[in-house]
Amino acid sequence: MDSELARVLGSVVANATPLVIASLGETITERVGVINLSLDGSLQLAAMVAFVTAYASGNAMLGLAAGLIAGLLVALLILFSNIALRQDQVAVGFVLTLLAADLAQFLGQNYTRIPGPTFPTIPIPLLRDIPFLGTVFFNHNALVYFSFILLAATWFVMYRTRWGLALRAVGERPAAAFARGTNVTRTRYLYTAIGGALVGVAGASYSLAIKAGWANPAVMRGDGWIALAIVIFGGWHPLRVAFGAYLFTGLRALASTIQQTTEFPLVLVNAVPWVLMILTLLLVSSGLVERLMLLSPPWAQRLLRNFLRSAPPVALGTQFTRE
Amino acid sequence: MSVEVRHIHKTFGAVHANDDISLTFADGRIYGILGENGAGKSTLMKILSGFYLADSGQILIDGRLVHYDTPRGAIEVGIGMLAQDPLDVGPLTVLENFVYGQPVGPLPDWQAARRRFAELAERLGFRLEPDMPVERLSIGQRQELEIIRLLALGVRVLILDEPTTGISAEQKSVLFASLQRLAREDGLTILFVSHKLEDVLELCDEVAVLRLGRLVGTAVMPVTTGELVAMMFGQALAPPSRRAATPGDTVLEVQDLFMASERVVMRDCQVCVRAGEVVGLAGLDGSGQQLLTRACVGLARPLGGRVLINGVDMTGRPYRDFLAAGVSFGAAGRLEEGLVAGLTLAEHFILTDAGQGWWIDRERGRQIAEERIAHYRIMGRPDSPIETLSGGNQQRVLMALIPPAPRLLVLEHPTRGLDVESARWIWEQILARCAAGTAVMFTSADLDELVTYSDRILVFYAGQVTEVPDARSVTVDELGHLIGGQRVGEEAGR
Ligand SMILES: Nc1ncnc2c1ncn2[C@@H]1O[C@H](COP(=O)(O)OP(=O)(O)O)[C@@H](O)[C@H]1O
Ligand SMILES: [Mg+2]
Repeated sequence: MDSELARVLGSVVANATPLVIASLGETITERVGVINLSLDGSLQLAAMVAFVTAYASGNAMLGLAAGLIAGLLVALLILFSNIALRQDQVAVGFVLTLLAADLAQFLGQNYTRIPGPTFPTIPIPLLRDIPFLGTVFFNHNALVYFSFILLAATWFVMYRTRWGLALRAVGERPAAAFARGTNVTRTRYLYTAIGGALVGVAGASYSLAIKAGWANPAVMRGDGWIALAIVIFGGWHPLRVAFGAYLFTGLRALASTIQQTTEFPLVLVNAVPWVLMILTLLLVSSGLVERLMLLSPPWAQRLLRNFLRSAPPVALGTQFTRE
Repeated sequence: MSVEVRHIHKTFGAVHANDDISLTFADGRIYGILGENGAGKSTLMKILSGFYLADSGQILIDGRLVHYDTPRGAIEVGIGMLAQDPLDVGPLTVLENFVYGQPVGPLPDWQAARRRFAELAERLGFRLEPDMPVERLSIGQRQELEIIRLLALGVRVLILDEPTTGISAEQKSVLFASLQRLAREDGLTILFVSHKLEDVLELCDEVAVLRLGRLVGTAVMPVTTGELVAMMFGQALAPPSRRAATPGDTVLEVQDLFMASERVVMRDCQVCVRAGEVVGLAGLDGSGQQLLTRACVGLARPLGGRVLINGVDMTGRPYRDFLAAGVSFGAAGRLEEGLVAGLTLAEHFILTDAGQGWWIDRERGRQIAEERIAHYRIMGRPDSPIETLSGGNQQRVLMALIPPAPRLLVLEHPTRGLDVESARWIWEQILARCAAGTAVMFTSADLDELVTYSDRILVFYAGQVTEVPDARSVTVDELGHLIGGQRVGEEAGR
């Protein structure tokens, strides 16, 4: 019943999960104007904390919760030092990247290469039996399903609700948000916390599901930077960001298949998101898109404009002070 | 709804921005708040609309004392302000901006909001596309959106801070008509802040004049321009006298210029500016004037045609060569293009004047800075960072950076955002250079300025250029029509 292609795509969907969750989390954080540069470190720290907690307690859910809290704390630390201590988000984020990665290595050194609890595969009844799609989408662990729900929810909240208006406004023009009664500081804390927690969940989804266990050096090293690049590639739009995460994972899978027959270096694949990112930025800034848009009907223009918009949130990395 | 402010004080450091201001505004009337730059108008309005909290003083609405310290709080008592730079969110659509801030549930009813928006826009005569991202609108359209939004919030007192800066004549008349309707029919109280006398004279029923943070007088219309100017500046001002033009040799010649931007295509543009002549470039923003100014100073490369300076073909040569040929340029964006935010005054003068050596001669830079500060009456010290200066003083610095006798001086909006006195001062400087034989070409959105100071005016409309050979023979009205696309023959008569 399962075609080879369906199984490959299914594994791409599963393997992309941490990247999808992390880059969506980062998208949320950046859309309120906060840049959490620590992704590469926080992913490793969260993965380690999640694994060790799950191992010690024998409970994968507890591990997930611990990973979530680790990601959340790192993100809040960046915003706190930005708002309360007036430090630069990028500088603090960079330092925390290194610090969190080293901390993960150090604290996790006695827990490497041992089996621990994982999230089991839970086929969804009925849906699992749909030919092809069932294998691709509905034969996974709970974290993969969570990433689907997260994607839909992020898009919906951002573009259809009052909260989404405030979220986007705070990252673009905090002064306008303030004038309309939004508490800019509170909104930033809230969504930075949510974004950071998601990075934590992403980290946990490596060590508790996708690449179960903990190792030195950490297997997900470098993925944080890739997630940051994917956010740019995705133009800070949740759907495009998720597409970027799947695309990159697909390319990585392709490359490792090719590698088994030829000498294709995996290192080159890791450069793919950067190349894609630069190409996208060139495409969007060259005015080519504008010209294309002029040729399409108005409703399509609107959709395209929303989707292809590729400018970072204007207030990204800045501080807001009431005059 | 009537509003009263009593004994309002507000200081910023040593600056007493509002000094014991008491005023009463009745409903159904339009009040002009007049004063030169820095008089304290915006400060008073920001206090009324909740952006600032007054150091002391009271605000009463219909005789009842009210307290609030956020814009949201001001809206709740019925006061809303359209800020100088409309406080909207660029990437959000018109409709999203309209809904954001309205008292709606977590899931707004987008269809109902769309209907309500269309209704309000229709009634005020505004044409806005609800699904357009706000960043693609003109300033005038963004103001219209803010007005609609504030009305939907139930505002009864509408404050507009310098709304006529940067909008077209046409948009201004739509705006004024809608404000009059809101006051007469709906009984709103309208506070119209401006440093432009003619706008206040045209629109307002009463006027209050501020100077240096103090209320210097109020008047009920009609009053004369002279009376208002006397109140604003303590004396009447005449424009600097202008000698009859005796143009010399051709300095700038533009032949068959062909250029294009995203918004406009300009073909076969011919321009000639002679020594000692002032040529004004009129037109709505983006009608081609900027393409011309940029091509004439080497900042944009024409697609076709030639640019000659003193008879030498300079087409496609870099900016540096134009500078060497005696061309000076003052860009529209003062802080974006003309000056370097983060550098001090002295450093600016060092950059342009203090030699070509490897090391910075700080002492000489400071000397030059002190000389120029005194000569150009700049409010600032050699070590003041440029961005801390007010707009008028930044413009003075730009003038001070221009060499004393360039062959060609190209200026974009030399007095935008400046009050009458600063503008007059800037023009004294320009005309002095002109008398010494400099050819001057400038763009402006201020029709009075164009008519007053130009010898000839070139009107740009969608890339087409119409020449007004004698600026003194044209009225502001006629010029307004030309800018809107009417040809010379149709109204003015050749
Ligand atoms: N946020 C602020 N911080 C410091 N000084 C300010 C601030 N706002 C206004 N001022 C000063 O207060 C005075 C009045 O400014 P403002 O009310 O903006 O004048 P106007 O709107 O009449 O041009 C000016 O000297 C200005 O420099
Ligand atoms: Mg002002």
